[in-house]
Amino acid sequence: MEFSRRDTLALGLGAAALTVLPFRVNAAADDAIAAFTGGAAMADAGVTLTAPEIAENGNTVPVSVSAEGATAILLLAAGNPTPGVATFNFGELAGAHSASTRIRLAGTQDVVAIAKMADGSFAKASSTVKVTIGGCGG
Amino acid sequence: MISRRDFLQVSMAASAMLGASGFGNWARLAAQQKLTQDELLKFDTFGNVTLIHVTDIHAQLKPIYFREPEINLGVGDAYGQVPHVTGADYRKMYGIEDGSPSAYALTYNDFTSLAQAYGKVGGLDRVATVINAIRGDRPDALLLDGGDTWHGSYTCYHTAGQDMVNVMNALKPDAMTFHWEFTLGSARVEELVGSLPYAALGANIFDAEWDEPSDKFESYRMFERGGVKIAVIGQAFPYMPIANPRWMFPEYSFGIRDERMQEVVDEVRAEGAELVVLLSHNGFDVDKKMATRVTGIDVILSGHTHDAVPEPVLAGDTIIIASGSNGKFVSRVDLDIRDGRMMGFRHKLIPIFSDVIEGDKEVAAIIDEQRAPYLEQMTEVIGKTDSLLYRRGNFNGTWDDLICDALLSEREADIAMSPGVRWGPSILPGQDITREDIWNVTSMTYGAAYRTEMTGEFIGVIMEDVADNLFNTDPYYQQGGDMVRIGGMGYKIDVSKPQGQRISEMTLLKTGEAIDPAKTYQVAGWASVNEGTEGPQIWDVVEAHIKKMGTVTVTPHDNVKVVGA
Repeated sequence: MEFSRRDTLALGLGAAALTVLPFRVNAAADDAIAAFTGGAAMADAGVTLTAPEIAENGNTVPVSVSAEGATAILLLAAGNPTPGVATFNFGELAGAHSASTRIRLAGTQDVVAIAKMADGSFAKASSTVKVTIGGCGG
Repeated sequence: MISRRDFLQVSMAASAMLGASGFGNWARLAAQQKLTQDELLKFDTFGNVTLIHVTDIHAQLKPIYFREPEINLGVGDAYGQVPHVTGADYRKMYGIEDGSPSAYALTYNDFTSLAQAYGKVGGLDRVATVINAIRGDRPDALLLDGGDTWHGSYTCYHTAGQDMVNVMNALKPDAMTFHWEFTLGSARVEELVGSLPYAALGANIFDAEWDEPSDKFESYRMFERGGVKIAVIGQAFPYMPIANPRWMFPEYSFGIRDERMQEVVDEVRAEGAELVVLLSHNGFDVDKKMATRVTGIDVILSGHTHDAVPEPVLAGDTIIIASGSNGKFVSRVDLDIRDGRMMGFRHKLIPIFSDVIEGDKEVAAIIDEQRAPYLEQMTEVIGKTDSLLYRRGNFNGTWDDLICDALLSEREADIAMSPGVRWGPSILPGQDITREDIWNVTSMTYGAAYRTEMTGEFIGVIMEDVADNLFNTDPYYQQGGDMVRIGGMGYKIDVSKPQGQRISEMTLLKTGEAIDPAKTYQVAGWASVNEGTEGPQIWDVVEAHIKKMGTVTVTPHDNVKVVGA
């Protein structure tokens, strides 16, 4: 397939234009959290979420979560039109309570991980991932 | 009239110091001395380990002029902190006298007259002399190159980095890390790295597909020097695929990766490292933050943001050394390592005054050998300048204004955009502009000067996006460049605001009208990170413009209003 210069530029710039301003946490994300936790309070410690500060490619952002002793971890892209990414469930015999995946981000937003612990408590971690036009490096 | 030699009062020359202060005192003590090579190199060897740091040479083999920034704003915790201090505040902070060699080397004021008095700086043959002298004191000193070495000149472009590899090999570094090198394309980088007789480091250079450390670069290298086990860990520029064209090195991923850095530090400590050195291309503010998030690093040799800092900056138990750019400085750091701990340090930022330091003959010959095939092309005089041409600073320098003017007139555009890079030497008023000079401020592997239509709204989005890469209060979200340079348009920026609220009053200069978000404008620019960008090469555009002008006069533009700083 052949792109003219105009098409290529339009593609690059058009895509960037849509993805620049920070996306707000939408109601769907709050709903998903409420459904997972049943409205329970969430601790700030206990979940490790590893995500890049600035995405190299917003279409495929590597994200890892781990929470020792978790039975399930909910992963959300809070600013995406459909925030749900995955829920990782860990059985009793699970050797490690961690998972890695790649997600698509519609723009700069928070990625949120919520772990459900064996005792029924919850813990949360979140990380801002910036999606930027780029260019102009030093 | 005061002779040049008399004028060369030493201040920085004897600035060797113990601990993190004392620069000012040394400067005053040294005030009666003359500037000589011996004084520049004077250093009371200390401890048992010596590190030599060079970084961001940007392929400047020969002496040049380089004006330090006038505007370098820090936001958030970095407000008013080194390296976000310039001019008179900088001189006051370090006790530097106005008009002194240190003032010339480290600050921007009176640049033209001081440059005429003190002469050019840099030149890798002079750098070689300094390195050899340090090795005379301490034969097993480690020489570490922070990267941005294989980019930035006519010969570097035409040899795809080979000229720099040949010259650096003669300097015998022990390790290097990377940034612009990758814009040669991954195949060429791998080829050159494979040829290096020293370590190519980058703990954060990952395989993009597997998100695992790349097997083509080492994370660290262990050295034993002065009976001390030293680990040198590399950190390449974290945001290469964002700041530079990702399509040129699609196999690689980078990132800051604190957790990876901690893992590597723990690994080298477990292997018995008594001294952990991070050879970094993070940029100063990112390094400062990393020093507080990763434990166990003794010394960070900081590159990327081109800051020349005359004293180490302490962040927790870590000292951060920043050694300028374009071959203008060499840092020497002597360390006392005992019982697996750093007990003390002595540091000197050595300015390479090209007329004071005699070049190493062997290296000078190698440099000339690299340049010989291109000399005729490079030295052709294209025009002359009446004005000081410089780039470095958060907003447009005069070089940028000239480049934007060239884009506006040669590409018949309403608005011009030029990347906020920090490399590119200065040219004094009255000097000829050669082809080499033009390439020194434009050379790159993606230099096509595009012309495209953008809506006013999209121009605003670009401005906000770039501003956030510079003025986000969290350094981990910054990319280390300066603000995109704009021609044909004025704007106001409030650096204290969040993204989306910094830019206002965008005005099309030729009509004086406000930029209309719905209207379409003709925009010319260069250095697009998009694959398939078309247009003439920027150096040809600038050359054609300067040729037409004959003698260029650039009055510093006042189209950017900065508030909130």
